[in-house]
Amino acid sequence: MPLNLKQLKRTLAVTGLSLALGATPALASNASLLNSSYDIARELFASYNELFAAHWQEQTGQTVEVRQSHGGSSRQAQAIIQGLRADVVTFNQVTDIDILHQRGNLLPANWNEQFPNASSPYYSTMAFLVRKDNPKNIRDWDDLARADVSLVLPNPKTSGNGRYTYLAALGYAQLKWGKDQQAIDNFMRGWLNRVAVFDTGGRGATNTFVDRGIGDALLTFESELHGIRAAYPDQAFEIVVPSASFLAEFPVAVVERHAQRNGNLELARAYLEHLYSEDAQRLLARDFSYRVHHEQVKAETAANFPELRLLTIQDIAGSWEKAMEDHFANGGKLDQYQRR
Amino acid sequence: MAHSKSSHQQRIGDQPWLRRLLILLALGVITLLLLVPLLAIFAQALSAGSGVFFSNLTDQYTLHAIGLTLLVAALTVPLNLVFGVLLAWLVTRFEFPGRKLLMTLIDIPFAVSPVVAGLMYLLLYGSNGWIGSWLMDQDVQLMFAWPGIVMVTVFITCPFVARELIPLMQQQGSSEEEAALSLGASGWQMFRRVTLPNIQWALLYGVVLTNARAVGEFGAVAVVSGNIRGETNTLPLHVELLYQDYNLVGAFTSASLLASIALLTLVIKTFLEWRQHQAAR
Repeated sequence: MPLNLKQLKRTLAVTGLSLALGATPALASNASLLNSSYDIARELFASYNELFAAHWQEQTGQTVEVRQSHGGSSRQAQAIIQGLRADVVTFNQVTDIDILHQRGNLLPANWNEQFPNASSPYYSTMAFLVRKDNPKNIRDWDDLARADVSLVLPNPKTSGNGRYTYLAALGYAQLKWGKDQQAIDNFMRGWLNRVAVFDTGGRGATNTFVDRGIGDALLTFESELHGIRAAYPDQAFEIVVPSASFLAEFPVAVVERHAQRNGNLELARAYLEHLYSEDAQRLLARDFSYRVHHEQVKAETAANFPELRLLTIQDIAGSWEKAMEDHFANGGKLDQYQRR
Repeated sequence: MAHSKSSHQQRIGDQPWLRRLLILLALGVITLLLLVPLLAIFAQALSAGSGVFFSNLTDQYTLHAIGLTLLVAALTVPLNLVFGVLLAWLVTRFEFPGRKLLMTLIDIPFAVSPVVAGLMYLLLYGSNGWIGSWLMDQDVQLMFAWPGIVMVTVFITCPFVARELIPLMQQQGSSEEEAALSLGASGWQMFRRVTLPNIQWALLYGVVLTNARAVGEFGAVAVVSGNIRGETNTLPLHVELLYQDYNLVGAFTSASLLASIALLTLVIKTFLEWRQHQAAR
């Protein structure tokens, strides 16, 4: 069966056909916006985009298609600096938006004053997921340092998620022991010693806790814990919110240089502003378990979000730069605590 | 190669019990490391019933990921087919200074980690790169768009065809082609009637490998894709995205597609190897 030219031609024709099919452009619409976001927010923005599109059409008569890019938010920021033309960013780390100003000058330094609540339309905090009926009776941070408890969390060295938990624990200790550095150090060393597995990211830690059955408590975002509990109803996990924890902001900003270039400045602003509307806040709180600012929505969903003392990075470590330097750099506090 | 039937010497593995034990061990390892994970993909994909499987499969973004992946393969394979044949022809039919160096250079994409390959392209063609900043002024977007994905895939897969052809063409030598030329064939006639029939099975084998890698490439593509859903998300990236999203069934549905492509590739590859073997006789 020799390969002849006719066959080759046919192959090329088929190739050309699939090429034409694959290159079909996205659905035509009046306006289009690119939102660069963190990796677990896909369904959140799929829902929100529908909400916003309806709102925008009502306001202007224009149909709008919002395209989504998802990834680790540091990687996303890097991509935008390298030329990914996102109009807006919706991230889970303040420092990743700062970098867009510092490295690329793509937005002004005071980006966090452009929208209410330091440009963070919703927030979350670090909490614990425990096994059915909370067999180890874990109620607050102190219980995590007990000798009979083992913990699972993402590594604070490599993930923002893990850093938040570390800072939350530190903030709690500072509240409890004040200036007594010795007691704070003992507590930090104590609970870090109880960590059974440091995973590289939030997803890996979830797998370790749920699928491999390791650990008595999983430490991550409260919003994610609700998702995990709902995904594994047969395991009947319980969520424990400690008495004090870290305020995890989810900042948003218009990437002004790109939005201007794409002719989307007004649309981009409206897109982020609408996140603060009652409908959007209800969606965020009810379907995605984020804490929100809207008073009425807060009252409706209060049962899901126990009151706690929320601490900012300024309260705990002064600033992100100082936190990185003092705690997470090589030879910093985290390394010292883990040395036995 | 030939077995000597008269040999009755005892060697390791001759005892029936040992032979059986080794076979059992090999089968056990293959089952645990290869077969079970492969089956698990399909089991997970179908775990919520075939209805959910098909609704995941026909999801708008999954369909786009399939289309984009096919587009990348459809552009990459012909390009590397032509490139690979030309390159193999050049280094096996001509003597020139730097020939050995060129043969070594072909292997660079094999030697370089895919992530590094992606970063190389990003640093060169990204908006801060040497070429990228000029392209940005011309309003040309290569990175974080499908052309960038095709570029890195071409880079990653360019050695496959040449690597398959070079040993074969070296072994065959150029005497048949010289005979064709001396009998008055034109260059194109010689290529069509003499060279191509001689290398066709190896060429197809190279194409199958190129295609498999182009469809499955993750690392390099992840760097330059920008992960825009419904725009620059290839099938392997789509699997990761769904997995991160706790949509396990969806992730495994897409993964089962990739696994099916891999299985199909294996079948074609085995067939081509068999044909190649037949042709060599």
